[in-house]
Amino acid sequence: MEALAEIKGLTKVYGNTLAVNHLNLVIPRGRIIGLLGPNGSGKTTLIKMINGLLTPTAGSILINGCMPGPETKAKIAYLPERTYLQSGMKVCDLVGFFQDFYEDFNKDRAFSMLSALNIPFTAQLKTLSKGTKEKVQLILVMSRHADLFILDEPIAGVDPAARDYILKTIISNYNENASILLSTHLITDIENILDEVIFIRDGQILTHMPVDAIREEYGQSVDAYFRRVFAC
Amino acid sequence: MAWILSADKPIYSQLVEIIQIQIISGKYKAGDRLPSVRELAAEASVNPNTMQKALAELERNALIITQRTSGRIVTEDTELIQKTQTNLASEYIKNFFRTMKELGYSSDEILSLVREMAEKEYTS
Repeated sequence: MEALAEIKGLTKVYGNTLAVNHLNLVIPRGRIIGLLGPNGSGKTTLIKMINGLLTPTAGSILINGCMPGPETKAKIAYLPERTYLQSGMKVCDLVGFFQDFYEDFNKDRAFSMLSALNIPFTAQLKTLSKGTKEKVQLILVMSRHADLFILDEPIAGVDPAARDYILKTIISNYNENASILLSTHLITDIENILDEVIFIRDGQILTHMPVDAIREEYGQSVDAYFRRVFAC
Repeated sequence: MAWILSADKPIYSQLVEIIQIQIISGKYKAGDRLPSVRELAAEASVNPNTMQKALAELERNALIITQRTSGRIVTEDTELIQKTQTNLASEYIKNFFRTMKELGYSSDEILSLVREMAEKEYTS
């Protein structure tokens, strides 16, 4: 089967800054991939270009063989690092909003996850704590039946118990033709659920390896290896 | 046995060991059906592909058998299960001896210490 996403020579320049620099990447189907790198390494710029929110300066992105556009947006479930939801909306209205917006949205799945995490359906988003808001957004995104899930820092503000629940939900919900690309600094918490990791530095891919290959080759966890590679 | 994974070893080989222990200890008995890859992966909080790889390894060692209709079952070859137990035991003992020798004990000293500890446990 063809790759889910193929990125070639991708480059993004902001003024004098080279944020992404001739980056090549193939995302296969059925994988959970960690996108790891220090602050300012180009993770979010890369993610925004895959989502069609930024136009590349050069290079190409193909998702299911299509350039970023309406077709690819219908197939990518994206959790941005910052919220874009109306804070005055109630949780249940947000579920309805997603239901209207995305054909692949599964309302029942969303409500069952909301219940499991004891999130009140009728609460306004702005009345919820920071962590609970993040949970709501992640639940909305993970309730889609997308091909590619792109999660930018999905668990940063979430407590460890809810983190475990969310990770288990990711494991048991995603289908074999879909892939998940997730960026995070909380490597230890997620490395057991990853197939492979991408280390990105100065807008280029430094390493792209299976988690167990790193452990086998270097005798240390991905977290420890990251700290070594990016030591300040 | 809980799914406690250490950070410095490959995940899949640790899963292999834990499932071996689950079979040896009788959590899954000879001929029992195993949960699906996805269920096991969720229980262990690991990637399903990694769990798949661990199960494939156990299949290669014949401890697990894939049946076309009913999924994966534990082998009914109790001798093989016993052999797996002996192999794991000798591995643990080797590791134990290595650590004790690093602490400066000779084989004889290790044996007498172990005997002492075992007797204490037995009487108390």
